[in-house]
Amino acid sequence: MIRLEVKNLNKTFKVHTQGSIEVKGFENINLTVKQGEFLSLFGPSGAGKSSILKTLFRTYTTTQGNIIFHRDNGSKVDISTACESDILQLRKHEIGYVSQFLQILPRISAVDVVAEQLICKGESEEISKNKAKEMLDYLSIREELFDLSPLTFSGGEQQRVNIAKGIIAPKSLLLLDEPTASLDKTNTMKVVEKLKILKTQGVAMVGIFHDLEAMESISDHIYKLERVG
Amino acid sequence: MILDMRSVSKVFGKFCPNCLETTGANFNSSICPTCKSVVGVNDVNLTLANGEVLGIVGESGSGKSTLLQLIYQDQKASLGEIFVKDFVGVDGERKNILDANLNELSHLRNSLMSMIYQNPRLGLNYNFSAGGNIAEKVIMSGNKKYDKIRNRALFFLEKTEIPTSRIDDYPEYFSGGQQQRIQISKALSSNPKILLLDEPTTGLDLSVQAKILDLIKELQHEIGFSMIVVSHDLGVIKHLTDITVVMKNGQIVERGLTDQILEDPQHPYTQLLVSSVL
Repeated sequence: MIRLEVKNLNKTFKVHTQGSIEVKGFENINLTVKQGEFLSLFGPSGAGKSSILKTLFRTYTTTQGNIIFHRDNGSKVDISTACESDILQLRKHEIGYVSQFLQILPRISAVDVVAEQLICKGESEEISKNKAKEMLDYLSIREELFDLSPLTFSGGEQQRVNIAKGIIAPKSLLLLDEPTASLDKTNTMKVVEKLKILKTQGVAMVGIFHDLEAMESISDHIYKLERVG
Repeated sequence: MILDMRSVSKVFGKFCPNCLETTGANFNSSICPTCKSVVGVNDVNLTLANGEVLGIVGESGSGKSTLLQLIYQDQKASLGEIFVKDFVGVDGERKNILDANLNELSHLRNSLMSMIYQNPRLGLNYNFSAGGNIAEKVIMSGNKKYDKIRNRALFFLEKTEIPTSRIDDYPEYFSGGQQQRIQISKALSSNPKILLLDEPTTGLDLSVQAKILDLIKELQHEIGFSMIVVSHDLGVIKHLTDITVVMKNGQIVERGLTDQILEDPQHPYTQLLVSSVL
């Protein structure tokens, strides 16, 4: 089943504060992702990879084109034009985004950050916390760090908490913006293994990887981008 | 929709036929060139769904607080319609709150909505104790049993981390941050559907600000009420809200998801605002 169809997608940034100059983000993007498929975006820095992911998540507006998301109930939503309330619902239940950076409140523990995702889905607090601990342990976060705020962690540890948060309660579509950028080989491959499990569960994913081996081992399709402009 | 505002305007002054057409963001002015009236809010349409948190940003004088006051009926709109879920007339049809009588207004302000002001003096009665302030709101919302009222006051004081032993102290004996917490307790004690916050943490030091914001976020998460937050601090907006509207000269110039407004602002004024963050 098709999960995401991107048709003729274009993004131009108009910078009013600098004499209204126009900066091209990307142009003419067409792609399709089915349930359980992983599509990688590949290209040089500045080709618009992250901008595409942000546009798919509606953090960026669309200049032209359509982003058709196929919901489990059979209906379709165009992410580029849907109202904010609909996007909020999609983000809550169906579309997840894992960025390179952890964006959380500074006063919440690592376990709670991860467990919250399950609690939101109606899981009990105890089970959620146990599952969160298992996931953090799998991603080599030391147990003594569990109850501390991840903002005090190293860059790589923060990123692993971020991945744990992003994949513990998988949604139908997951957007991954260099989730393994600052991880060593062992941890990168551990993340890849987890993502492969998500594929078997039918999660569709669009991602960017720095690590070519990781990218090739997980991707069903690789979408090559050239630098724009 | 829990709140639906249609073509709402507020004009301070004579209000001539040119007021709305000759002011606003395009004219870079809120003052009518013909009659010199000040157009506080100019033809605003705004909707809010159940459980959503909406932020209002904009420069001083752009009409943010006035808009909030029009919703809470601290001020009467000059024109337009405002509908609030569960606010219905005798015929069972939803009713424009601008047509509400005094009884209905009291129901609206005591049960359906609550406001948290920047200055606790506006939200609290300093002649009543902390518990008395909460009791006032609970009683006005229809609850008349003493033990229930007292328990509710204790419950919210505990939730907002005010020592319950101080329930009988007067607001002036508390610090600024604690007075703000009492105001939050009072506002939430009537179980409102919509919570309105006007610069809730301006003037508090950073650690207290963080605690108040965490508290508001946690309670919103737990209880699930809808919320409108007015702030000129984009950090507060990022922390608390899902959707943001940007106001300039009494008009909404941009509406979007909060992350979109902050990362990909479209309107020239929004770009200027976002790029001005230190």
